[in-house]
Amino acid sequence: MAKFEKKRGKTAPAISTASLPDIIFMLLFFFMTVTVMRNSELKVDVNIPEATELTKLEKKSLVNFIFIGVPKLPFQKVRGTSPQLQLGDKFADIEEIPIFLEKHRIKVPEKQRAMIISSLKIDKDVTMGIVADVKDQLRKSGQLKVNYSAKKRAGDKYK
Amino acid sequence: MARKSAKDKVNNEVNAGSMADIAFLLLIFFLVTTTMDQDKGLLVKLPPWSTEAPKITKLKTRNVFSVLVNANDELLVRGEPVDINILREKAKEFIKNPLKLENMSESPKKAIVSLKNDRGTHYAKYLAVYNELKAAYNELRDEEAMKRYGKKMEDLPMDKQKLIIKDIPLILSEAESTSFGEEK
Repeated sequence: MAKFEKKRGKTAPAISTASLPDIIFMLLFFFMTVTVMRNSELKVDVNIPEATELTKLEKKSLVNFIFIGVPKLPFQKVRGTSPQLQLGDKFADIEEIPIFLEKHRIKVPEKQRAMIISSLKIDKDVTMGIVADVKDQLRKSGQLKVNYSAKKRAGDKYK
Repeated sequence: MARKSAKDKVNNEVNAGSMADIAFLLLIFFLVTTTMDQDKGLLVKLPPWSTEAPKITKLKTRNVFSVLVNANDELLVRGEPVDINILREKAKEFIKNPLKLENMSESPKKAIVSLKNDRGTHYAKYLAVYNELKAAYNELRDEEAMKRYGKKMEDLPMDKQKLIIKDIPLILSEAESTSFGEEK
């Protein structure tokens, strides 16, 4: 019995930290692959509505974003408080949509161009007038796949 | 020579102790910049743009499920004011027409949903209505899949899903918005 105790006491339980970098690297690679750089800073307030019949947007590189909402406070002096369109990271007119779409389209490989989806992030309280105009522009430029961005609603029915 | 090689040996040992620190630094950077939120939404296919006047096709009124949303966010479904809570049930009943009523769709294939809104309609309401209509179709397809294969739509292989979609197609026509309401 004494022999056992002695042996245990001798070997100090030092945890090897040699594999620590490997573990960290593993985590690092995971986050590197899932990271999507935030490319556009929102200049309009967008509070998207809730819905139940949602489809996930799979490939981020095939998606372009169009924001519609009331300009945030610092921009209200210049832009007013009526809903505005934001393409990329700046305010835009509705007529600029075709150029914006084309700029995105040329970045996408030719084979995948038919799969491009426009994600419309529109504030709940915006009226349909501007939305209808945007939709017409999208149709004119042949961008027919559209995703109305929405949050998952927990309940099934409207209250 | 012997001394030199000994020196080399010492120099060749790279200190890997700080490797973890470097990796940590990078890790924290990516942790901060990562946005995990997934983009979801209602997928919609817009009709292609054409400048020529649309062909006037006579539709039987019994096959058209007209939904009007006015600037006060009120619904008019087939001429009657309707609450959004029962829109889904109404739509399902109309599309399927289980009692073979004279004033409802002849078959799910022939049913057409016509959606019209005002320029003053709120986007939230428009999307809610769209969502309900889509939900009605999804529920009908699920029921049909259950009946035929005993499985839900999402568990079926693609070809069977396509068969059901072909039998219960979502035909939604959106009319030009009216402009009675006030736009913001």
